[in-house]
Amino acid sequence: MSLTESTGRFIAAFNEQRSARKDGAPWLGELHQAGMASFTKLGFPSTKNEDWKYTDVEPAVSLPFGPVNGKPKSFPMGEILSIGFAEEDGPRLVFQNGIFAPELSSTRGLPGGVRLASLAEQSREADGLVATQLGRYADLKGNAFVALNTAFIGDGAVVVIPPGCRLTQPIYLVYGSGAMERPLVSHPRTLILMGADSEAKIVESYAGANGGKYFCNAVTELIAAGDSITHYYRLQNEGEAAFHMGTLAAHLERGSHLTAHAVTLSGALVRNNVHISLAGEGAECVLNGLYLGEGKQHIDNFTEIEHAKPRATSLELYKGILDGASRGVFNGRIVVHKDAQKSDARQTNRNLLLSADAVVNTKPQLEIYADDVKCSHGSTIGQLDPGALFYLRSRGLGPDEARSLLSFAFANEIVGRIQIDSLRRRLDDYLVAKFRRI
Amino acid sequence: MLEIRGLRATAGSKEILRGIDLKVEAGEVHAIMGPNGSGKSTLAHVLSGRESYQVTGGEVTYQGQDLLAMSPEIRAREGIFLAFQYPVEIPGVSTTYFLKAALNAVRKHRGLDELDAMEFLALVKDKLKLVEMDQALINRPLNEGFSGGEKKRNEILQMAVLDPILALLDETDSGLDIDALRIVAGGVNALRGKDRAMIVITHYQRLLDYIVPDFVHVLYDGRIVKSGTKELALELESKGYDWIKSEAATVH
Repeated sequence: MSLTESTGRFIAAFNEQRSARKDGAPWLGELHQAGMASFTKLGFPSTKNEDWKYTDVEPAVSLPFGPVNGKPKSFPMGEILSIGFAEEDGPRLVFQNGIFAPELSSTRGLPGGVRLASLAEQSREADGLVATQLGRYADLKGNAFVALNTAFIGDGAVVVIPPGCRLTQPIYLVYGSGAMERPLVSHPRTLILMGADSEAKIVESYAGANGGKYFCNAVTELIAAGDSITHYYRLQNEGEAAFHMGTLAAHLERGSHLTAHAVTLSGALVRNNVHISLAGEGAECVLNGLYLGEGKQHIDNFTEIEHAKPRATSLELYKGILDGASRGVFNGRIVVHKDAQKSDARQTNRNLLLSADAVVNTKPQLEIYADDVKCSHGSTIGQLDPGALFYLRSRGLGPDEARSLLSFAFANEIVGRIQIDSLRRRLDDYLVAKFRRI
Repeated sequence: MLEIRGLRATAGSKEILRGIDLKVEAGEVHAIMGPNGSGKSTLAHVLSGRESYQVTGGEVTYQGQDLLAMSPEIRAREGIFLAFQYPVEIPGVSTTYFLKAALNAVRKHRGLDELDAMEFLALVKDKLKLVEMDQALINRPLNEGFSGGEKKRNEILQMAVLDPILALLDETDSGLDIDALRIVAGGVNALRGKDRAMIVITHYQRLLDYIVPDFVHVLYDGRIVKSGTKELALELESKGYDWIKSEAATVH
């Protein structure tokens, strides 16, 4: 099926569901329309589009999908929590195939003023908070998948941390997917509002059962008010046959700090878009990425950081380990606007190839329009260091064990930066087990 | 314990070891000195099994076995330990994690039970004192951001934990200030024993003030050109290496 035909199929599905959406809030209806209008104009991107040069989305979008945002069907959700590295207790919202599952969710123990609720519920709230903030920063006009998600916004998560609130417990948002009779598509949407001087750790986890094909097209918007501190962890452990398009659009105001992890462990075709706007003076972001590919997996990380105001800092480290015939793509765009003097932007992409058939395409893109800035970028693609291998073998480790330990170490540099101890330990165990197999 | 006969080795097309003969018995400490580029470090790495060097001649017997036929990890498990001149940095893995894996590989080979985390920690705590190292350091990524002294202490810590039969110390004194040198040498001396042999490779006599050798050999141009006792080291210190070079030139 051509991309144009696939685009047409989604437009038709949108029109068919018009009546089902009638009951929603009028502002949401308008947002849906705006999303669809933009999607219709853009269509699915082809590899002729420079931003999609290495990633052919055709296999993902041409699936004969069942009802968009299909009804949840029971599948082992206990398993989904563990696949998604989520806590057994503690505040969490759980979604099944894009639909909120209240029986699996909990908001117990959250301090007053913190809002953790489903988007479907929140979009009907009279205070209009969601209505005014949703869709402000995700790039509707430039990204067809964001437009598509917006057109089909049904459910998702809303997290509001009030000004001055320092939340110690991590919040988990778990989007679980499982195969239906027909391939399923979901468009989860997340809105995170960090109040001035607030602090929170938020884990957004996409987890799926192996087996069937499905397509998860997720968009998250994060608005960080002045001096807030956000630790945001995006984990992706979808089913092996799954297609995953994920977008994070973050808007950082004056003096705010965002650390955003993106850990990609599975999925057949994966694209992570990250767009960070350092929109206030002295804002800082730290982006830590890890992607592990094997088999025929394709993992594309497309990151854009905009330095819009002076004295903002961005520190980006993305690391990939590619085995089998997998392919990794990294695109790191940094734009320093004219007024953004004293910007400090550092970007590193490191790749480890464990097999002769694995491929990496890495591309830094620096656009600098200010004259007093510090910007650096670097990328490496390589095999395991023979000197390090010898060092380990000289201590008694066999060659396989040494290779496995070095691969683990390479990945663990990113996992080691996770600030939630229990989550870090779970990912640590996952990596140890994974690399023992190599 | 170790007998090297006519050992020759190349790195690429360059011959670096050109016929080494050396015999080391249990309990002995041998120092190998020599000017830069004489082949000292190459000898240590060849004995540890580094594959970037090709052995082109000679033989090495270690505890009655053909050492050159063993892979690096088998040599390590059989009790050979190389303290590196430039220890490798491995971000992402702590010394603790790495060293436990190494120790258990060695113990398994020797028919001993593997140690669990608690048992390992108890062992390491004891060894840390030897090199005056803080436990926090070994929970950090292996050698990453360590000072020169910390890296060398970490090497000696690993040596103490792995309990080798033959220890090769490659320029362990390089990059150390006097305090670090004292600590590192103290750790090494504590590990001397009648069942353990050591080969200490150094450019300078300084280290041998702290680790007093039983024998001193001078390596020059890929051969051992002079052997003696610790007095030879002092002679080298006062006279430099030039007289060795000219002596070697007249012999060959």
